[in-house]
Amino acid sequence: MSATPIQASTRDVTGSRERALLLDPWLIIAALGLVACSLVTIYGATRRDVPGNAYFFVERQGIYAAVGFIVAMFVTRFDYSRLRDLRLGIYGLLVGSNLLVLVIAGATRGSRRWIDLPFFRVQPSELGKVLLVLALAGFVVDRARWLNERRTTARIVLLALLPALLVVAQPDLGTGMVYMAVTFMLLFVAGTSWKHMTALVALVVIAASMVLVVAPAAGVHVLKPYQVQRLTGFLKPSHDPGDQTYQINQSLTAIGSGEKTGRGIARATQTNGNFLPEHHTDFIFAVVGETHGFLGAAVVLALYALLIWRTLRILTLAKNLYGALIAGGILAMLMFQAFVNVGMTIGIMPITGVPLPLMSFGGSSVLVTFISLGLLQSIHVQGRIAAASKGRALIL
Amino acid sequence: MIQTPEERRPPITPQLAVRVAILGGVALALFAVVFFRLWFLQVLSGDEYLARAQSNRVRNIVVQAPRGAVVDRNGAVLVDNRASTVLQVEPPRMPHNAARRSAVYRKLARLIGSSTASRPCRVADRPVIRVTGVECEVERQHYAVPFSNVTVKADVPRPVFDYVYENRRQLPGVVPQRIFLRHYPFRSLAAQLFGTVGEISPKELKFRHFRGVRQGTVVGQTGVEYSYDRYLRGRDGATRVSVDALGNAKGYLRQRPPVQGKTLRLSVDLALQREGEIALKKGIAAAHTNGNPAQAGAFAALDPRTGEVLAMGSNPSFDPNVFAKPIPTARYNALFGKANNFPQIDRAIQSAYPTGSTFKPITATAGLEAGTFTPDTVQDDPGQVTIGNQIFHNAGNAANGPVALRRALQVSSDVFFYRLGAWTNNQRPAGGPIQTWAHRFGIGSPTGIDVPGEVPGNLPSPAWRANRNEQEVKCRKRNHGRACGLGDLRPWSIGDNVNLAVGQGDLLATPLQMAVAYSALENGGKVVKPHIGQQVEDSVGKVLQQIEPPPARRIPIGAGNRQAILDGLRLAATAPGGTSYDVFKGFPKPVYGKTGTAQHVGQADQSWYVAMVPDRVRPIVIAVTVEKGGFGAQAAAPAARLMLSQWFHVKKSFVAGTSHTR
Repeated sequence: MSATPIQASTRDVTGSRERALLLDPWLIIAALGLVACSLVTIYGATRRDVPGNAYFFVERQGIYAAVGFIVAMFVTRFDYSRLRDLRLGIYGLLVGSNLLVLVIAGATRGSRRWIDLPFFRVQPSELGKVLLVLALAGFVVDRARWLNERRTTARIVLLALLPALLVVAQPDLGTGMVYMAVTFMLLFVAGTSWKHMTALVALVVIAASMVLVVAPAAGVHVLKPYQVQRLTGFLKPSHDPGDQTYQINQSLTAIGSGEKTGRGIARATQTNGNFLPEHHTDFIFAVVGETHGFLGAAVVLALYALLIWRTLRILTLAKNLYGALIAGGILAMLMFQAFVNVGMTIGIMPITGVPLPLMSFGGSSVLVTFISLGLLQSIHVQGRIAAASKGRALIL
Repeated sequence: MIQTPEERRPPITPQLAVRVAILGGVALALFAVVFFRLWFLQVLSGDEYLARAQSNRVRNIVVQAPRGAVVDRNGAVLVDNRASTVLQVEPPRMPHNAARRSAVYRKLARLIGSSTASRPCRVADRPVIRVTGVECEVERQHYAVPFSNVTVKADVPRPVFDYVYENRRQLPGVVPQRIFLRHYPFRSLAAQLFGTVGEISPKELKFRHFRGVRQGTVVGQTGVEYSYDRYLRGRDGATRVSVDALGNAKGYLRQRPPVQGKTLRLSVDLALQREGEIALKKGIAAAHTNGNPAQAGAFAALDPRTGEVLAMGSNPSFDPNVFAKPIPTARYNALFGKANNFPQIDRAIQSAYPTGSTFKPITATAGLEAGTFTPDTVQDDPGQVTIGNQIFHNAGNAANGPVALRRALQVSSDVFFYRLGAWTNNQRPAGGPIQTWAHRFGIGSPTGIDVPGEVPGNLPSPAWRANRNEQEVKCRKRNHGRACGLGDLRPWSIGDNVNLAVGQGDLLATPLQMAVAYSALENGGKVVKPHIGQQVEDSVGKVLQQIEPPPARRIPIGAGNRQAILDGLRLAATAPGGTSYDVFKGFPKPVYGKTGTAQHVGQADQSWYVAMVPDRVRPIVIAVTVEKGGFGAQAAAPAARLMLSQWFHVKKSFVAGTSHTR
């Protein structure tokens, strides 16, 4: 009596068609919806940027998304749990690739964040987001039994700090912050004690105030002046209408002028006149706000809400701690990027070069997000198989 | 399947459930914040941002209107415009980062061939910074006239201009422009009279005179450029352009062409003006040969019937073309400071001096009209006279014997007029007849000429003296007893009136005031209001508006009295023994004139001459003065003769007189 469902469900999940039924459809809908929004918005923002080819950026973003989708489907077919054994290798790849960027940048005496490969260029800091989640989740699982020891927390934080600092040195402050958010979330989901979490928060606050206030006063400039200005500029946007806060003001103007239903692609002067900086990458949400107004922005935000809800749900469905941690890490990555980016465009967060997942133009970011979604689907599939094998009913 | 303890976990622990719930709550809260913010931005203040986006996109480009020309009474062009290519800096669009901004300025300095070296720069009360000379000058001007572009170089060579235009992205804030500059073909001629132009300052924007003028407009700052700015200004054109973030025009929305300013015809006669300035230089040179350190002077020539200014000049002068180009503060100070004896001062109306004996006809009128004496009253002139406890001398103690008014004016008897001064003295606050009549002749108050900056001079009276002393007392109290130099605390005495009678003491009058006073004598009692603007014309010379001569005041001078004074002046200029007889000997027109030699304590005398020629067609009154020029007959009178020669087309020659009278 008890054997029947096991057999049935085991048989169910062997074929790929059946496996497809175990995917989370809402996650796919959210992802594809965001890609669609991205393509429409990028078209509106960049149709005049490349003479003779209105679809230059749209085509490329479409290809990135398609490749990303295929990669994601591929990832879905694997059991993510096997990646745990590769944690050291993944960690090595993470640190090594980011180190390589620094070495190349040092050799060419420029600041650059990517490595040129024969057909495309990779941005290791972007790819590193998912690598960090996979490796760090593995390390946390290793230490699961000693979770309440101070050593565990310290070790995990230090392990994350190394790649994060490498990324900050590239210089890519925003991505470095994503790494730290991921780390924090992993500890949080793993169940690190509140005491440790509070200590970590306090540490971050102290470090931030050291870097932003105390060190410059003492003549030590940890961050470049423009980075400090970006981080603090949003607090007083009318203070300096020249450089950094120019972006904020233009972004606010773009979003505000969209009003309820937007000005439409043709009449969006902030976007078309290039007043809005980085209109297809970092400030793409402002383009949405200007061309499609509150309505458009609400649709995009709803899709993110859907994405976050499904991710949270997958976190609870994971068959093991490793899966839950990966889902938590990816949740942190998506949430942090979405809120920091959107918050930046509406003037309630500092300017950091954090892309809006799936919306911002950029191959590495799109690919990494799709890989993450593939991992989430893998967790979902594995969770459902495990649940089915245990005969547990799914609670939707 | 064997599970390690690490992997084995209950489906969902209560702890995880709590934490997931917290995460969900945080996400929900964040979404709520974002939605509230979006609602605020897009729905509640959308209008405001929409307006901001519009103003972002639309730029008003002002197309400068050329100012109108200034021509003389015969239509000769005195001031016009020339087109120039200039480089301007728009300070707000310069990089905000100091290092990047300095880099742009250094690039700019190299382009315009100025020094790229940094040096300390002080702008008003801000802390001293080390920047290039160009940046320093821009900061200073931007401080003085905010919200407007600063021209850093005019007449930029074509290649440089094109280079800047093509590389404007590398030179943010640097604007290549084609503008009109004021052009003065006769250079330093009547520079103070024409005045200068400049961008309207924040203070001037509030002036009634500039009502309706928009920021950034070039307006007249001094001279007739200021007083007739309304006509000369023209109307700037405006072009509304839609632009992108780099300021590239994407389309014209509306255009209004600029309208050139109107032409202003002055009553000035170019030839006379020119001759006057040459004559003044010659008078100064003549003073030098006599050992007098003359270095400045002025003249004013009027048509006594109407008060039209035929010529008015001041020496030293300057070439206003220097203002067309940006002028560094140091160079400005060198050109227009003490070293060059402040050439921007129009000494014909902005400097008031004791007038010496040229004041005597006014004293005479006062005495005659008050009945103090008659034209035939004879007095003995032994060369000196004791009044009160003071002895007053003639120049050189020369004794003239018994003299009546005509003779007294001819030889410029001081004693005769000292006595008149003593007789007419009155301790009333307003003084006696001399004060009354000098006031009627316009001494001590501005003439009302249509050129700004005129000084009133000073007509001393008991009331004036009392007032000055009172101020001195107050000032000394504030200054802990130290003298302020406002007054000498001496009450009005008869000596004051004696000095006033011969144009000395505390009397101060401008050359133009003297010309106006003599005009009133010449025309029988009409105190004209001098004016220089004649009519407003369009660019092809069609009269648009006649500038009506302002009404003149009448003063009641008895015909007999007036004739006696004129006789005296005629004798002085043309009869042997007259103070300027040797200067005007052989001059074909009847000249009436009076020399003046004003004494200043501790320096050389000031040479004065006022001449009038009552011609039916071309009457003229000329007042000339040369600071530190010696006797009136030596420097000022010969200059007046040169001007009269020009006016009546007589052969010009500089004839210095020998009379050593005041």
